[in-house]
Amino acid sequence: MTAFLALILKDIRIFFQDRRAVIMSFVAPIMIGSFFGYVFGGSSRSSDPGRVTVLVVDQEAGAVSKEIVAKLRAAKTLAVQQSTLAEAEQLVRSGKAPVAVVIPPDFGKLATQAMFSGRERPKVRVYLDPSHQIESSMIEGMLTGFVMEAVSKEAFSGELGRATVDNSLKQLESTPGIPSEENAQLKGLLQALSKYNQGPRSSQQIARGGGGLSVPFELSEEKLTARQGAEYNPYAHSFGGMAIQFILFMGIDVGIGMLLDRQRGLWKRFASAPLSKWTLLGSRAVSATLIAMLILAVVFTFARVVFGVKIEGSLIGFIAICAGFGLMTSAYGLLIAALGKTPQAARGLSILATLLMVMLSGAWIPSFLFPGWLQRATKLVPARWAMDGLDGMTWRGLGWHEAVLPVASLIAFAMLFGIIAVWRFRWDEK
Amino acid sequence: MAKPIMLQAKGLKKAYGNLVAVDDISFQVNQGETIGLLGPNGAGKTTTVSMIAGLLAPDSGQVLIDGAPVTGDTNPVKRKIGLVPQDLALYDELPALANLQLFAALYDMSGAQAGAAIDAALELVGLKDRAKDKVATFSGGMKRRLNLAAALLHDPSVLLLDEPTVGVDPQSRNAIFDNLETLKARGKTLVYTTHYMEEAERLCDRIVIVDHGRVVANDTLAGLYRQLPATNKLLVDLCDGSKLGDAGALKAVPGVQSADLTGNRLSVWLKDLSDGAPGVLGWLAAGGHSFEHLSSEAPNLETVFLTLTGRSLRDS
Repeated sequence: MTAFLALILKDIRIFFQDRRAVIMSFVAPIMIGSFFGYVFGGSSRSSDPGRVTVLVVDQEAGAVSKEIVAKLRAAKTLAVQQSTLAEAEQLVRSGKAPVAVVIPPDFGKLATQAMFSGRERPKVRVYLDPSHQIESSMIEGMLTGFVMEAVSKEAFSGELGRATVDNSLKQLESTPGIPSEENAQLKGLLQALSKYNQGPRSSQQIARGGGGLSVPFELSEEKLTARQGAEYNPYAHSFGGMAIQFILFMGIDVGIGMLLDRQRGLWKRFASAPLSKWTLLGSRAVSATLIAMLILAVVFTFARVVFGVKIEGSLIGFIAICAGFGLMTSAYGLLIAALGKTPQAARGLSILATLLMVMLSGAWIPSFLFPGWLQRATKLVPARWAMDGLDGMTWRGLGWHEAVLPVASLIAFAMLFGIIAVWRFRWDEK
Repeated sequence: MAKPIMLQAKGLKKAYGNLVAVDDISFQVNQGETIGLLGPNGAGKTTTVSMIAGLLAPDSGQVLIDGAPVTGDTNPVKRKIGLVPQDLALYDELPALANLQLFAALYDMSGAQAGAAIDAALELVGLKDRAKDKVATFSGGMKRRLNLAAALLHDPSVLLLDEPTVGVDPQSRNAIFDNLETLKARGKTLVYTTHYMEEAERLCDRIVIVDHGRVVANDTLAGLYRQLPATNKLLVDLCDGSKLGDAGALKAVPGVQSADLTGNRLSVWLKDLSDGAPGVLGWLAAGGHSFEHLSSEAPNLETVFLTLTGRSLRDS
């Protein structure tokens, strides 16, 4: 037991002696986690939400186009800037603006006529930066609604609408060949519309967009998490992701450290003492697990204090996931030590494997953005379980029972890596 | 009364694929005895020491320490072995004291027991005043001494020293020799591997010469010299070597094993210097061969190795 504890304490002491390791394990995940949290929506909690810039080229400058521009300006998610056609083209082409909307001349008139007569519809051009496909789709959807509201309002109650109805009545009277019954019905409809257009409007109607068609529903956005009132905090994901990444790097250091011990002859000293294999490898696994849990504790404490990241779910589940991930990382380190021939040779390959594992875990980009097949395939990546588990116990607010599967998976991976490590470990020392 | 056998290596064999590193090596060491395992690089010395220390399982053969076989990871017999690896097996980033505390703990030593052992080991190697300094700040020689101290903490009966003076300055080497002589005086059994013949000559009671994984000689220094056809070399710088003609004629002189002339330098190998030298000098005087300088060389292990293997120890 003395030897086991001494070996654990030695590892922890050496870890803290290495300033680079401490910075990499504690400071780097905090810094990068803060950055990613901010970029991926951390700013949405502030009073100045991040908005998508939209350039608007209003070539009509009429009632309809002004109404559309006003509605775009009113949208919280958009930052609308008026622009000229040439400037808009240049800014989108150079990537300085993601989207530009061009409202053509006579848009209101042509659109109103197209509503009743099926004439050629005017074209609203949307210029988009190909790297901002998601923003452009969102803007196209919003634009459709706004145009529909503005054009129908003008058609039913505006000057253009009245003129169009009067003109249609005249055409109806002067057009021969229409059956008398159908002619009477159309005339009645247009006269009723003309009468409606000339009637008074309540202030409420005008405020609602008065008289036109409106989108027949409202979207009510509600963020669903397991605990009522718990808000999504993007820092929870980014800090979890970065902690996972740098703990896995610490796992590499565990493996490389053991290879260095072998290279320096220390393994000979250990192996010549009456110590079991369990003492030699187990102590390393325990020390690495403890260090991993300490890193998670420090990183999430920082996130709690500075960014308000809370463990909305089960604290026991959170601790179990941290322990499971720590154990898996330590087994991963042992695997590197077992499969690596020299520290130099092992380092490059293990860094590549670790970066792949981190990438596929969803630590950088949330795994729900992956294609379906990739989301399923990455269940084979141990860090994915840690990421999902930490997300579940932090911002999703899941209960301890939701931690069981991630923890069991992490332990299973730890056992698999551990068995391979023991099997392939070079016990003989020449 | 004969001292008890402390270490026995019996028919040790170890191969790596087709490469046979150790091929049927056997020897034994008595309590308090120091043996030198001498051989060129790659001769199989380190592999042999690794098998004795329990780091490497032999393909066949057996190692006995004080009569008990060295098998299994946790075998208590390993407590009787102290290994000084060829590499500096120390944590540079930790102080000397922390290193020794760790290595003491490997043998379940802690508290006052470990403290006393650490003090004694540091005292022996002269590093007591540097105990709290990080190993990284030590010179190469100091690290070598600490490497030795780390193997002494659990008071082993057998000390395996695998080239413990590699890369150290002569002063530190002497300090290590002094330490080893102290340990020898305390009754420790030492197995000292080296390819420096001077070290083996100074320290060892007996030399086991290893080459190509096999023992080619196992005897005391005097015993090894007796195996030589000639033990001394007489060097005569002639005034005019060309007058001598055939140096082989000197073999007719009693005690002369062989003779060789290179330029004016005549080399004569003698079975015994005091018996043979007067005859050689008389033969030269009788032939009118005057000389301007005379010297002799004592035999050494290099000569022994050369004689036994046909190769130089250093060049192998």
